[in-house]
Amino acid sequence: MSTVPLTHILFVSTALFFIGMYGLFTRRNMITMLMSVELILNSVNINFVAFNKYLYPQKADGIFFTIFIITIAAAEAAVAIAIIINLYRTHKSIDVDDATELKW
Amino acid sequence: MKERVRLMNYQQYLLPVLLLPLACFLLLGLFGKKHLKNASGVIGTASMFAVTIISVLVAGRYFFADGKVDGVYQHLIAYKYNWLAFSPTLSIDMGAIVDPISMMMIVVVSFISLMVHIFSLGYMKGEERFTTYYAYLSLFTFSMLGLVLSSNIFQMYIFWELVGVSSFLLIGFYYNKPSAVVASKKAFMVTRFADFGFLIGILVLSFYGGTLDFNALIQRLTAPQSGEFVSITTASFLGISMLTWGLCLVFVGGAGKSAMFPLHIWLPDAMEGPTPVSALIHAATMVVAGVYLVARLFPVFAIDVPALQIVTWVGAISALVAAIIACTQTDIKRVLAYSTMSQIGYMMFALGISRYGGENGLGYTASLFHLFTHAFFKSLLFLGAGVIIHFVHSNDLKDMGGLRKLMPVTHIAFLVACLAIAGVPPFAGFFSKEEILTASFHSNKIIYAIALFTAVLTAFYMFRLYFSIFWRKEATVHGTHNADGTASMKIPLIVLMICSVGAGLVPITKMVTSDGVPLETHMDVLFSLVPIVLVLFAIFFAARMYKKENGSAGKMAVAFGSFYKAATKKFYVDEIYLFITRKVIFNLIGRPAAWIDRNIIDAFVNGVAATTARISGLIKGLQSGKVQTYALYFFSGIAGLAVLFIYLWK
Amino acid sequence: MNLTLLIIVPFLTAIAVLFCKGLKQVRTVSLAGAAVQLALVVFLLIAYWQQHTSGGSQFLFESNVMWFKPLNINYHVGIDGISLAMITLTALVVLAGTLVSWSTEKLSKEFFFLLALLSMGAYGFFISLDLFTMFFFLEVAVVPKFLLIGIWGSGKKEYSAMKLALMLMAGSALVFVGLAGIYFQANSFDVIQIAGMHIPLSVQKTFFPFAFIGFGIFTALFPFHTWVPDGHSSAPTAASMFLAGISMKLGGYGCLRVATYLMPDAAHSYAWIIILLATIAIIYGAFATMMQTDLKYINAYSSVSHCGFVLLGIGMLTKTSVNGAVLQMVSHGLMTALFFAAIGMIYSRTHTRQIAQLGGLLKVTPFISTVFTIAGLCSLGLPGFSGFVAEMTVFMGSWQNPDAWYRFATILACASIVVTAVYILRATGRSIMGPLNASYNQLTDASWNEKLAAGVLITGIVIMGVAPFLITKLIAPSTDVIMNKVLTMVK
Repeated sequence: MSTVPLTHILFVSTALFFIGMYGLFTRRNMITMLMSVELILNSVNINFVAFNKYLYPQKADGIFFTIFIITIAAAEAAVAIAIIINLYRTHKSIDVDDATELKW
Repeated sequence: MKERVRLMNYQQYLLPVLLLPLACFLLLGLFGKKHLKNASGVIGTASMFAVTIISVLVAGRYFFADGKVDGVYQHLIAYKYNWLAFSPTLSIDMGAIVDPISMMMIVVVSFISLMVHIFSLGYMKGEERFTTYYAYLSLFTFSMLGLVLSSNIFQMYIFWELVGVSSFLLIGFYYNKPSAVVASKKAFMVTRFADFGFLIGILVLSFYGGTLDFNALIQRLTAPQSGEFVSITTASFLGISMLTWGLCLVFVGGAGKSAMFPLHIWLPDAMEGPTPVSALIHAATMVVAGVYLVARLFPVFAIDVPALQIVTWVGAISALVAAIIACTQTDIKRVLAYSTMSQIGYMMFALGISRYGGENGLGYTASLFHLFTHAFFKSLLFLGAGVIIHFVHSNDLKDMGGLRKLMPVTHIAFLVACLAIAGVPPFAGFFSKEEILTASFHSNKIIYAIALFTAVLTAFYMFRLYFSIFWRKEATVHGTHNADGTASMKIPLIVLMICSVGAGLVPITKMVTSDGVPLETHMDVLFSLVPIVLVLFAIFFAARMYKKENGSAGKMAVAFGSFYKAATKKFYVDEIYLFITRKVIFNLIGRPAAWIDRNIIDAFVNGVAATTARISGLIKGLQSGKVQTYALYFFSGIAGLAVLFIYLWK
Repeated sequence: MNLTLLIIVPFLTAIAVLFCKGLKQVRTVSLAGAAVQLALVVFLLIAYWQQHTSGGSQFLFESNVMWFKPLNINYHVGIDGISLAMITLTALVVLAGTLVSWSTEKLSKEFFFLLALLSMGAYGFFISLDLFTMFFFLEVAVVPKFLLIGIWGSGKKEYSAMKLALMLMAGSALVFVGLAGIYFQANSFDVIQIAGMHIPLSVQKTFFPFAFIGFGIFTALFPFHTWVPDGHSSAPTAASMFLAGISMKLGGYGCLRVATYLMPDAAHSYAWIIILLATIAIIYGAFATMMQTDLKYINAYSSVSHCGFVLLGIGMLTKTSVNGAVLQMVSHGLMTALFFAAIGMIYSRTHTRQIAQLGGLLKVTPFISTVFTIAGLCSLGLPGFSGFVAEMTVFMGSWQNPDAWYRFATILACASIVVTAVYILRATGRSIMGPLNASYNQLTDASWNEKLAAGVLITGIVIMGVAPFLITKLIAPSTDVIMNKVLTMVK
């Protein structure tokens, strides 16, 4: 079985991570930001799976963690979207720059 | 065994003497207002009557039956209860000392108090706070009896403070009157200041003496071989031995209570209180507490000449200054107040010139003799003044005159008292003054001169008072025929009048002496002739000036010029005090302290808070509320840590 | 007798208050709680007396339960004469405080809850023999004060509440450093165990200042006293009473029990600083009081002066002076609580505390005026009241210390009795005596609850003043134990 080298996979996940980060920092729309966070999480997932497969194939820790993160991400998305909906109800906007009350 | 039986008997008598007035105070103070409104005066008087009877019985027994052992009066301790133990050696014991001076004093105190109780029944009738008045009187009597019976120097200090506070309460009895409030505060503060000296004196004496008990203290500090005596005389501060320091500080307390110059300023103002109170507290009993204190510690004073000299000079100056001021005052009670101060000065310097034991102790005996007689005629003068004020409704001499026909009883009583205080034989004051003059003649000629001059002045200002009140002009007030007051006011006057005549015949010289051995005195007719002639001359002079209004008094005043003016203004002592307290202490200590507290110390605390707030103001911008900024911090933090762990953490 | 009851009763009171409805129920429950506390304390006094006279160890009614094994923290309680005196004081003040807040309409439930919590903290502090438990209860007693002042206070209450809480918290922090210093040396929080060890001098010298200053802040140690005037004057009456009557005593007790008892050598080497600061506090507090015009400020500043006697007594390190310090704590607690109660009664009627605006109150409110005068006379050290006994014991004890400079300090401290007389008489003369302000003609005198409150405190003051041998017999054996250790440690 021809194998894809680990570095390639890491390259993909790194790219994914920075795309997510770029989205997180540049977008003002909260939904988009949430999506960017999901991208970051997924890049981590890829890393976990890849390291598990290439370095410790006899163990399942990485996969285990991946599933854990997916679960958390789902819950997180639910909470985040609930917050966003509430924000929209009160602020009539889901622009992150409009929600800056939480400061000193 | 016989000794013990005797002591137990004294306890049996002396405890009620103390506890009856206390019980009376508690009863009237707690329940009087509601339930005993009208009966309070009678209750107070009745209990006082019982106290007087017991006191006289006890004193009589001590002096005439069992006080003497081998011809010497003993210092007995009737009872002693440990009240507060500071350390194994130093403790405040509540006890009662039975010796000549304490026995003499309980008679004087309870008797005068009884007279004042009776007098007040009429004088204070209808007062809104009648019950409170009697409660305070009982409190005072309790404290004063406790003071004279004290067997422990700290016990004396306790009662010393208590008489001070009862005096405060009674001076401020008319609490609505601002002048009364000011006077009561002044009396308390000045005596408090003096008590501060007393307290330090107690600390000094007790530290070296190792005891607070009077008998033990005197015994240790007068025995030249004792370790305590050696340590207190060798220890010194500013070149003065600790013994002198201790005694002088104690004397400061005495001087404050007894209104000695320059701590006398409270006494004239204290006349704001009801007049019977002035008779009791500020004439006969409390103000002589200072004399009593020095007499109580006399054996110790007697071995320390510097301290005695201070006592002498303070007494002599007070006697003279007060007599001069008394000549110029126009408020009847103030004249009496200054005369009190002058007479106490007399007693004080008589103690000062005295030495311990035998003939040398004549001054001591004379002083206490004078204390004894003075109590009667001075309280009589005050009560008489009370009747007059009650009738005229004014304290000022110019509102009086020609009252002799309206109030015959008061007139005679006042005249007798004036003759007594002037020292005209055979009235009481003559005998005691005579002995003081004799004692001073034999010890210090300057003091003798001052004493003689003061005696002349005394006669002059007392008769100035007498003629101004009862003669001078026709009575301007035509009141009811009952000018002498009710029976309850007349009876004390008459009783005290009799005492003022007869008290000089009481053989105090045989009973109260410095060493307990009866003293034989002999009257030297030629010697006593000088003061008598001078005094009579002074009376004659006063009669010339004041019996009729003829302007000679005014001419005299002009002749003395600024000296007269200074004397009217009481030599500006009050002003000096006001300057020191208001200007110096308030402005230089009080105000700065309050200012520093708010503007430096508290400002520092607030400054810490303000600095914290400012720093937080500088960095709070970091928390902008923008999620993306936070995310940026977060990732840069992670990146920083990553660099740290990967590259630098080797 | 189980000392834990002293914590449980206030705690149950606090809980029960939460389930009450309306002011009437709340105050009845609180009063019942306070009464039970007092009954417990009386019982305790009797029991202690019996056991103590029949011999017995330094601390009685001990119980010791493991609380947190890894750090060797125990719930260790027990009392000696000193703590018993403090507990008695607490019970009296709690009862009186509950009675004077009888008609607290605003958030009454929360108010009484916090009062109960505060008293629980105080009891816990006084009975603790474990430094950590002690610290725990110290904190329990701090927090309610912040809320009591902040919510029910008057004037610039937020500022005062914040200031008080922050300064006391700073004190707690210092205390904790001190306690930690002892702990890491002795590896134990237990007072009795630590007292039996010898902590090296260098450690003592490092940590004594922390503990002493920390506790000192609670008891108005100069120059950390500025929370006292602001805190007291803004607090509601009952809180002022608790604050001055109980909580300032936590500090004095801590200074004695923790700082001096456990680190005696350092106490000796720092004595001169303590005496210096205490003397300054006494004199300077008295003079600062003289210039105040607000009754509560007068009493607050006079507390600074009076608490100076506590610290002076501790600093002088003679048996008599330490006895005096303890007496002064009890006396000042009762006296100042009475004073604040009287001021509260006046304020609730006239709505002013400025002495210039008052006057002649004796005519319309004789009872309150008498209470005020009694408190004042006690404050200026009149014999027959507790203040005299305490102050004289401090003076007498201080004078036993033969150092010339300490003598000088004693004389200065004695001089304060004059200044005290000045400001007390000034306040009394202006507000109680003098001509009556016409607008106060209709004032009503004290109600039954106020009379009872004053009666409770006056009883304490008078008993102590008339029969001081009772309380010295309680305290002296316990201070002797402490001082024997302190004095033998001197090299």
